[in-house]
Amino acid sequence: MRWLVRGAVAAAVLAGLLGLARVIEGGLMEYAQRVLLLAGINVILAVGLNLINGTTGQFSIGHAGFMAVGAYTCAWVGQHLAPGVAGAVGAGAIADAISLNAALVSGAVTAALAGVIVGVPSLRLKGDYLAIVTLGFGEIIRIVFNNWKALGGATGYSGEDPAGLPAWTTLFWVYAWVVVIITVVRNVTFSQTGRSLIAIREDEVAAEAMATPTTRLKVVAFVLSAAAAGVAGGLFAHLQAGIRPEDFRLEKSIDMIVMIIVGGLGSITGAVVGGVFMAVALELMRDLEEYRLVLYALLLILIMILRPEGLFGSRELSFGWLRRKARGGEPAS
Amino acid sequence: MSQLLQQIVNGLSLGSIYALIALGYTMVYGILKLINFAHSEVFMVGAYAGYFAATWLGIESMEAAGQAFPLYLAVGVLLVAMASSAALGMAIERLAYRPVRNAPRLTPLITAIGVSLLLQNLGLLVFGPNPRRYPPVLKEVTYELGGVVLTNVKVTIFVVTLLLMVGLQLLVHRTWTGKAMRAVSVNLDAAKLMGIDTNRTIAATFGIGSALAAAGGILFGLDQITINPLMGVLTGLKAFVAAVLGGIGNVPGAMLGGLLIGLSEQLVAGYVSPDYRDAITFLVLIAILIFRPEGLLGVVRQEKV
Repeated sequence: MRWLVRGAVAAAVLAGLLGLARVIEGGLMEYAQRVLLLAGINVILAVGLNLINGTTGQFSIGHAGFMAVGAYTCAWVGQHLAPGVAGAVGAGAIADAISLNAALVSGAVTAALAGVIVGVPSLRLKGDYLAIVTLGFGEIIRIVFNNWKALGGATGYSGEDPAGLPAWTTLFWVYAWVVVIITVVRNVTFSQTGRSLIAIREDEVAAEAMATPTTRLKVVAFVLSAAAAGVAGGLFAHLQAGIRPEDFRLEKSIDMIVMIIVGGLGSITGAVVGGVFMAVALELMRDLEEYRLVLYALLLILIMILRPEGLFGSRELSFGWLRRKARGGEPAS
Repeated sequence: MSQLLQQIVNGLSLGSIYALIALGYTMVYGILKLINFAHSEVFMVGAYAGYFAATWLGIESMEAAGQAFPLYLAVGVLLVAMASSAALGMAIERLAYRPVRNAPRLTPLITAIGVSLLLQNLGLLVFGPNPRRYPPVLKEVTYELGGVVLTNVKVTIFVVTLLLMVGLQLLVHRTWTGKAMRAVSVNLDAAKLMGIDTNRTIAATFGIGSALAAAGGILFGLDQITINPLMGVLTGLKAFVAAVLGGIGNVPGAMLGGLLIGLSEQLVAGYVSPDYRDAITFLVLIAILIFRPEGLLGVVRQEKV
């Protein structure tokens, strides 16, 4: 029965998304659509990164590397899969959807594998040291792509077609993946595993004393978060027509961190808000040109000094909270 | 053989610059347990301060007239750059780090990333994104010893670094400020109880570290010919790796780490592939953190509950 209800909810959400995407695509300027697409990709990045940086408290500043792995894999697989799929089901929206999603899944898998390779040795370290090792791995991944001749090297990869990678990233698919990632991360966070992750964040030694398999859980959270970055990378690749190693520099990792910090470390709601905020704020500030990044950095410093817990802290916006609010009861803390 | 010697010479001079910058990281980390990401931008500003000082002193007209830049003016340029970076470093500490000093560990780290981004973008705005040719504060003279090309610039880099290191070592071990710095790095609260002005000591640490970075900036400009507002990013990261390699918080360790990073980078560029020259630094970092996180000269600390 429960599964039936859940299935119905999922179907309703997807149908709603499809309808909404149609309306928006019909009614909005291309420019506003692009901001929405970027916002969705940001949300995937932020919600994924929040699982390791916020919930588990293990700071990674190298997630741009996993995004790069996902982006390159997805772009490459998409290129090699599309002709076969188009041959089997006929070229069109359905073939594109199949190719895109298969490529995204492969991107998520390779990013997760990269997450295992990076995470298993690094997660023995803590705090600043972990941060700096993930930074190192992120840079190494970028340098490898920079020198990978078959994938275009420093000029980047844009497939065989001179027009670049196919523009498969549509509003519907971006937000469908947003729903998937948020659901997965939410369910992990509110499960026993999630509680253990929070325990690791609060006091790792105590958690270990309570027989929590800290290293294993940290790797699990890290890998999930890398996979989410991989999906975001894949969507980003098919939005850009081409990807370059330059797109995945340290700055990209810092952008992701700013998103989850603006919203509040450890809050999924906060990560969503932060991701959207980042896309919209950077667009709104576009006219300021070179002052934009100066303001962006100032904003980051001011948030840290004045409100280090971010907008939401570790609070969540949930239906239960809304219901209690409506009844006029005490809001959950 | 002469090629190997050449790589070693280049590696040592590059490594000296890393070592100078690494000192700033290591001193601040030793006292505040903070990775001062903005240090790489202090290094960049130091290089620019030297550039503007030398230009203001009329180095261009002297160069056009074929005159060498007098040595006392070169020393003056170095001092101006060191003073301006020291002021910048202390200002950063006062305005950005002091308000978050007692916050959870990650807050200062992110603040530091923010300050670093801010200075990079201000640098792009104020100095312009184009690289500038560094004025020849020191006229280059080339010697050849058995197939190895040695320039007075490379020798100067090594000598200046060595002098500054010795000076720092004396300062840390022979003066009251140095003693206060060591005390604060062992235990900040206990140092405060013993009547040490911890705020002043921390400010002094930032000032000294930043001045050394500025010296590194000028030497970098002399060595690499051009400077740009983003020059600190990669160089700073490598210097940080050098600090970790030598044992963070350890002054002689920073020197050792810097030289090792400089050498390994040159050797990889010469014998493996120049494309992977930057990757080797990060590989060294990862290896050292995983196998010996306390660094080569660091002390193992037991984790207490």
